[in-house]
Amino acid sequence: MKAENYNERRIEIDGWPVRITSYKLGERYVCEADNVSPGAILARIAAPSAEDAEKQAISKATHLLGKTKRHEV
Amino acid sequence: MAQYAHPEVLADTAWLAEHAPDPSLRIVEVDVDTSAYDLGHIPGAIGWAWNTQLCDTVQRDILPKPQLEKLLSESGIDQDTAIVIYGDSNNWFAAWAFWQLKIYGHKDVRLLNGGRKKWIAEGRELTTDVPSYPSTGYHAADPDLSLRAFLRQVQDAARAGSVSLVDVRSPQEFSGEILAPPGLPETCQRGGHIPGARSIPWGKACADDGTFKSFEELQALYAGEGVDGSRPIITYCRIGERSSHSWFVLKYLLGYPNVVNYDGSWTEWGNLVGAPVGRGAAA
Repeated sequence: MKAENYNERRIEIDGWPVRITSYKLGERYVCEADNVSPGAILARIAAPSAEDAEKQAISKATHLLGKTKRHEV
Repeated sequence: MAQYAHPEVLADTAWLAEHAPDPSLRIVEVDVDTSAYDLGHIPGAIGWAWNTQLCDTVQRDILPKPQLEKLLSESGIDQDTAIVIYGDSNNWFAAWAFWQLKIYGHKDVRLLNGGRKKWIAEGRELTTDVPSYPSTGYHAADPDLSLRAFLRQVQDAARAGSVSLVDVRSPQEFSGEILAPPGLPETCQRGGHIPGARSIPWGKACADDGTFKSFEELQALYAGEGVDGSRPIITYCRIGERSSHSWFVLKYLLGYPNVVNYDGSWTEWGNLVGAPVGRGAAA
């Protein structure tokens, strides 16, 4: 199998830049969310539809990013 | 365009697609997110989990020699096998594996330029089949600890100002605004950086497609922060994998002679009682 319709785009969640990477792999749709800087994977979801995969990935990324505290420097 | 100092440590995706069936070659995937391998991997690739198979799971340390020998033997790798490693997040933990394999003296190790991201983006073949290979009797060399920095060495170097300390984390981690990459658990008591360190985030070494930038671009990137190989270099991050990536760039692509990875990194320094900490954005 080969990845099809590979796509990357950037969004913002709670003020953090997030890269959304999506593609179809076999019968499943994969959506990955990473935090751009430094680029750590926050969510990698495989689901039966592209919409479902993205919704779950963004939900998980939102949950994780919501826990990040900004400290006074 | 100048060639990298050691171009033999890189494999590109087109070359690997052609040579993947070569029995003298073993492909290994090492991801940050260890579930990625199960979704689909390069045909013939085996998967190593960084958090259980590439570290001592009891005390904090790299993989002990007997366990490394067992892992490589079970992976069908012998001393003469060429190993091509790749992974997600632009090869963070692939570089961590590369670093450990060099510590234990494996001769032919290469990183897949662009990693998992580029392979997938190019629409190259993937599989969920997990291969198995006949076991070998791998014998590793004694660890070459000249590639690794320990706390005391970093403390002495920071105090003396005798090395180039390269902090490869994000600017917000460097400044102390955040204690871990956004969305990841905080694993230290204090934010900031080792005094005297220069902020050169690992990702600046990569192009958009995940491949490494050219020799000239890399040279300019580090020289712009006063890191030109004329002094010993210590790279660090949070837990040592991103700094393995920058260590790889400095040692093998730029060919600087004395580059070590401080894998204790910020999770060690940022938790030390009495350790000095630099705060604020890079100058």
